[in-house]
Amino acid sequence: MAHLKPPVSERDQQTGNANAPVTLVEYGDYQCSHCAHAHPLLKQLVEEEGGELRFVFRNFPLSQSHPLATLAAQAAEAAGKQQKFWEMHDMIYEKLDGLSRDSFTAFAASLGLDLEKFDADLESDDIAAKVESDFESGIRSGVNGTPSFFINGERISSYDGSYESLQAAVAQAAQDGSRESV
Amino acid sequence: MLLEKGTAAPDFELASTPDKNIKLSDLKGKRVVLAFYPADWSPVCGDQMALYNEMLSFFEKYNAQVIGISVDSKWSHKAYTENSNLHFPLLADFEPKGKISKLYKAYNEEQGRSKRALYVIDENGTIQWSYLSPDGENPGADGILEALEKLEND
Repeated sequence: MAHLKPPVSERDQQTGNANAPVTLVEYGDYQCSHCAHAHPLLKQLVEEEGGELRFVFRNFPLSQSHPLATLAAQAAEAAGKQQKFWEMHDMIYEKLDGLSRDSFTAFAASLGLDLEKFDADLESDDIAAKVESDFESGIRSGVNGTPSFFINGERISSYDGSYESLQAAVAQAAQDGSRESV
Repeated sequence: MLLEKGTAAPDFELASTPDKNIKLSDLKGKRVVLAFYPADWSPVCGDQMALYNEMLSFFEKYNAQVIGISVDSKWSHKAYTENSNLHFPLLADFEPKGKISKLYKAYNEEQGRSKRALYVIDENGTIQWSYLSPDGENPGADGILEALEKLEND
């Protein structure tokens, strides 16, 4: 239990260094307050550990509890079709207050996206399937709520809401990795 | 120790809403996921029942019905179901308190509530998989899906 299935691939939304020794995967929901809390911490982590870290976001929307969670996930993935996944990802987390169904098109406009393409992608089977397959991979990896984190394929339970707990987990994995390669 | 694989699942009939009962043996022909849990109104975001609620299409794919059981009353279940927008039944193991949880070795005598125990029961009413989780730990659903998949392939 609690291994990441399937492993990170080119299908995943990722940032940081693609060849980094440490890969951190988050399963998150855009309307989950704990994920919104973690968002600036993760941004800071990617900035500070940039060379050492690859960060991957997989969607785990709890759509029955959070009515806009699935649409938000689709909006970020649709923006990803125009190479603006992370910009949309940040914008949604930063503008959760007053979020509505219409917000996403407004966000897309402010990011300078092709709106016709964005609207078509937002409703496409392809994007819906990506979000569903992220969710299913979460279930199979033992995700039981959001946010859930995996480092180099293993679930971590040390995150306690603080930046330091994330940083320590990444530092530990970097150390373990360098020991293995010696 | 939970009931073991290969045991016939003890039959029961419990209230799922103020005017409806569910009897396990009426579900023969379907696989059943029984999830005993300590209490309605868990304070966390994405708790165990909310998670299963998101997974109904997966359970359906494996011809499985998920059912939650706790010692909360049918009135508490009704309010909790409405509040959390749940689309599967929660059964009230309320009177005599914990009777069915005890039958399934999933009762915490000290706390007077169900433990967090999972059972997967096959189409013929035989227990095929079980898992006891620490009270404070949401067991997720990876084990359930693996068990259902195994039934599908056998």
